[in-house]
Amino acid sequence: MHWILTATLAALTAVGFALGRRRALALASGAAGRLHSRPSYHGTFVALAALLPAAALLLVFFVSGRRTVASFEFVSALALATGGLAWARSRIHVGLRARPMIERALGALLLLCAIVSVLTTAGIVLSLIFEALRFFQLVPFTEFLFGLRWSPQTAIRADQVGSSGSFGAVPVFAGTLLITGIAMLVAVPVGLLSAIYLSDYAGLRTRSVVKPLLEILAGIPTVVYGFFAALTVGPWVRVFAERLGLDVASESALAAGVVMGLMIIPFVSSLSDDVIRAVPQSLREGSLGLGATPSETIRRVVLPAALPGIVGAVLLAVSRAIGETMIVVMAAGLAANLTANPFEAVTTVTVQIVTLLVGDQEFDSAKTLAAFALGLALFVATLGLNVIALSVVRRYREQYE
Amino acid sequence: MSDATLETFAASRRRSDTAERRLRRRYAAERRFRIYGAVAIATALTGLAVLLLSLVSRGYGAFTQHVVTLDVHFDPELLDPEGTREARALGRADYAALVKRSLAELFPEVTERRERRQLHALVSSGAAFELRERVLANPSLVGSRRAVSLPLSDDADLFFKGEIQRGGPELERRLRDAQIDWLDALASQGRVASVLNTRFLTSGDSREPELAGVWGAVVGSALTLLVTLALCFPIGVASAIYLEEFAPRNRFTDLIEVNINNLAAVPSIVFGLLGLAIFLNAWSLPRSAPLVGGMVLALMTLPTLIIAGRAAIASVPPSIREAALGIGASPTQVVMHHVLPLALPGILTGTIIGMSRALGETAPLLMIGMVAFIVDIPEGLTSPATVLPVQVFLWADSPERGFVEKTAAATLVLLAFLVLMNLAAVIVRSRFERRWS
Repeated sequence: MHWILTATLAALTAVGFALGRRRALALASGAAGRLHSRPSYHGTFVALAALLPAAALLLVFFVSGRRTVASFEFVSALALATGGLAWARSRIHVGLRARPMIERALGALLLLCAIVSVLTTAGIVLSLIFEALRFFQLVPFTEFLFGLRWSPQTAIRADQVGSSGSFGAVPVFAGTLLITGIAMLVAVPVGLLSAIYLSDYAGLRTRSVVKPLLEILAGIPTVVYGFFAALTVGPWVRVFAERLGLDVASESALAAGVVMGLMIIPFVSSLSDDVIRAVPQSLREGSLGLGATPSETIRRVVLPAALPGIVGAVLLAVSRAIGETMIVVMAAGLAANLTANPFEAVTTVTVQIVTLLVGDQEFDSAKTLAAFALGLALFVATLGLNVIALSVVRRYREQYE
Repeated sequence: MSDATLETFAASRRRSDTAERRLRRRYAAERRFRIYGAVAIATALTGLAVLLLSLVSRGYGAFTQHVVTLDVHFDPELLDPEGTREARALGRADYAALVKRSLAELFPEVTERRERRQLHALVSSGAAFELRERVLANPSLVGSRRAVSLPLSDDADLFFKGEIQRGGPELERRLRDAQIDWLDALASQGRVASVLNTRFLTSGDSREPELAGVWGAVVGSALTLLVTLALCFPIGVASAIYLEEFAPRNRFTDLIEVNINNLAAVPSIVFGLLGLAIFLNAWSLPRSAPLVGGMVLALMTLPTLIIAGRAAIASVPPSIREAALGIGASPTQVVMHHVLPLALPGILTGTIIGMSRALGETAPLLMIGMVAFIVDIPEGLTSPATVLPVQVFLWADSPERGFVEKTAAATLVLLAFLVLMNLAAVIVRSRFERRWS
């Protein structure tokens, strides 16, 4: 039924185009020059008049939950389409300003498309806030934000032991920060030094080879990094730590953090490469002319000048690391330990969202709603970092323009 | 030269030792700094190399598979006792018994129940299905005696690939000593061969590693990306055109622009939460469906595409627009007839890159339930499906040893698709994109 309706509507649209075009030409007795708009605009006018009302009706049906196309939906949509077609065809006359009408419709359509992204943000904010509020009716806001114990298992039976379910998110936030910190310890020095080398030392040929190679790191799907972290780096970390005589969990923060750092290197390096290259050449030349060596120039002149941009780049990288999901889901643990030891298993916000929502789907339990509260925290954190980073970068850019 | 300058010159000569030393130190620092940079790049590239090498070395084995050649007697007594040769009767017969009998002929000394079960475990449970397919395709097989190549179980396969060692305590091994002896016997009779594992690329998921394939996930990814592209491309291009060509300079336009830039930095998992709350719960669309997955990924990819599209449109020089306006085109005609065609290669490049990112995305799809165990190849936009990255995630989670190489091989398939898409982007860029000077 869906397909028949779609095909019929498409056919009606095409017929409308042909009819409108013919009608316009007939009214002008074959001389298209006499028309205000060219015949195909008249055709489009009729076609849109047939298609748009019916499409709008179907959208209303879809959103209001009438998904199955039964006779009522079918007939009403087709009636609307034929009605629109007949009406539009009757409106055609030689002086009809069809082109401006079509162009206005097109402009409206373009605006509508541009608004989709605003609606997306609104949808994200509203759904997160709405579900998080429901969560905070069950669990006090202060307990979520400052509680030190996270064990989201709610009771199946009322008399179950140790099943109260506690939602203190501090261990989860701490775990996120620990893994993000490890990732930054890898990504910032490596990324920044690579960017410096590529912008100020490497020849054109090295640059044209190395830069795309680094970009490959950014193009690899995160699930691949997760597999790599869980299966290759994890065991290495364990062997390494056992050599040192340390006690290691099988899923350590270190493995996830290091691999996440590897993933973020190109992010840091390409952003800082941009800001370093944006530092005016005259500053470098002035410094070199006073007798400074290239590395002194970079450390004392270029880097201070580029610092705001680099800070912005690092903040963006931090926001990326906080929101990263698959690596930590596959390589970090589930246990919410409050620890700063990188060899222990910790959990992150994203891991908890995934584990709380994959599987059972009772939407009124505190357990599933907690995922939305965590999601809200994640959204606010990344958005805040992003806004700060972009404003820092923008201010820096204005300085040299 | 005056006396004064001579004197300062002499003074500087006296200090030359310190100066020399300081200069040496500075040059050493210079060399060190350079080395730090080179080491940083080497570290990053080593990481990349280790990552790819570990994937290839773990994954290449999945593209081959060991099969055993058994003499199978298609016993009419067992398959078709009534002698009707009807597909219904043949389809219901016990084909696993055929495999067991062939094995019993080879190893008549194995009689004890537990040992027999261990022997049968060497051949994949898919062998029975394969015999069934053969008989159904060609009922005249019944009654004949044929040498048939059948897949070995994952443990036996891993043994021949050298992943399961002989030594060590028996109980810590996946194979018992007797099983290894039987496998050795089969191999010495020349019955075991390594063949190309076409099943891996042509079949859906399975609980048995030796039978699992990525085709279901590939089809699921294709359907999902189709939805993403169908939504994302028109909306993204329209938004880019609006913002670049028609938007008035006002607060509302600023809002849209800031919004798009920030949306690009929202973690992908948050889009999954949006899909769960709105598409699944509010609109009650089906779970695990490529339709919903595609919608979520489209919202996620949209900012990337809009930003790329705007860059492409902005790079079309104003002289083109002015020329078209000058000969009487309306602003809409200028954009539709001139700017858009010229910007299209750039937009396409951005689209392909956005799609390749959507192809690799996992987290939001976990939220909307595309993480189920699905054997069937998805048939439509609303049938339950999974996608390649989620398949990788599912297999990586599986405790079976045999899935390790399948997981690595699935990531190789995923990477191959990504390489192809990026190559396409490079080709589009170099062939069609015009440089305006």
